[in-house]
Amino acid sequence: MKTLIIVPAYNEEESLPGVIRDLRENIRFADILVVNDGSRDATARTAEEMGVVVVSLPFNLGIGGAMQAGYLYAEQGGYDIAVQFDGDGQHLAGEIEKLLRQINEGSADLVVGSRFLKRGRYNASVFRKIGIWIFSAVLSRILGMPVTDSTSGFRAANRRVITFFSRTYPDDYPEVEALVLLHKAKMRIAEVPVSMRERTGGRSSITPIRSAYYMIKVLLAIFIDLLKK
Amino acid sequence: MDLLKILAIVGSGTVLFLVIELIRRGRLKERYSLLWLFASGVLLILSSSRDILKYISDMMGIYYPPSFLFLLAFLFLLLITLHFSVTISGLSEKNKRLAQELALLRQEMRESIGRRHVDRPGKE
Repeated sequence: MKTLIIVPAYNEEESLPGVIRDLRENIRFADILVVNDGSRDATARTAEEMGVVVVSLPFNLGIGGAMQAGYLYAEQGGYDIAVQFDGDGQHLAGEIEKLLRQINEGSADLVVGSRFLKRGRYNASVFRKIGIWIFSAVLSRILGMPVTDSTSGFRAANRRVITFFSRTYPDDYPEVEALVLLHKAKMRIAEVPVSMRERTGGRSSITPIRSAYYMIKVLLAIFIDLLKK
Repeated sequence: MDLLKILAIVGSGTVLFLVIELIRRGRLKERYSLLWLFASGVLLILSSSRDILKYISDMMGIYYPPSFLFLLAFLFLLLITLHFSVTISGLSEKNKRLAQELALLRQEMRESIGRRHVDRPGKE
């Protein structure tokens, strides 16, 4: 199975070397693609010097546009599996195999790595926790299956999903919405427990102040998605 | 002729003239001007003919006919801005796609150039 690991990176020059080393040590069978989302620091050069493929967007598109560029690359490159892996060091390369099992078996089209299916070392702000809880409740109802970690960006997708995402992928805060879109397209979604690490560099794009705005916007987007044809 | 009527005629007439002039000079594309032309045309007709305005206002139960002009102008503006929002949505989607395709192309190009550099010393 031809596998691509998509690492979206926006101003991640500090954490990126560690992330790439982690991936190289743990996953030998996959290609690594860094999508540089118009970074103002040396993200692109750092990645290039480490010898991974770098796709540099001409300006900042946001995580949705950057991730979609990765899926576009996977689609055009004929990859069977794509793994979303954050460039901030939050995800652990050693956990990727857990995502791939159900994809390889053919029992799921998209597998999401969840922090909350088992006890982990993850600490989020109160606002974020409330937001995650509300999303989980809403999404579980829509998808008709328990969803514990809808905002997780640690995912593996098969060829069907790669093609789908290369055409349609939400813009601003895409993780939650992407699940709804996939569900509407009759794709099978699964969650597996994974551990995650605290960020090693950079700053989360979601600050407490933005959390409320983020939540309302995503909830609205979900309901609009449900109305869409 | 009262002042309000003159004002309304001059206002909608100016907009109509401006839109036509912008199209003539190629500064405004026809597809974006249709709504403007229609809006300013209708407003011009209504403001120059008290009878039509009065007739429609009476039909709709509007006591003060000029307020129908305002309502109409407001609705046209609403429609035009909505049209803009739709247009901008389409443009931003295309813009995103272009940025992604450009990034992929540039990567592909760099890769093929890099390979040529690697190939050359061996051939020479």
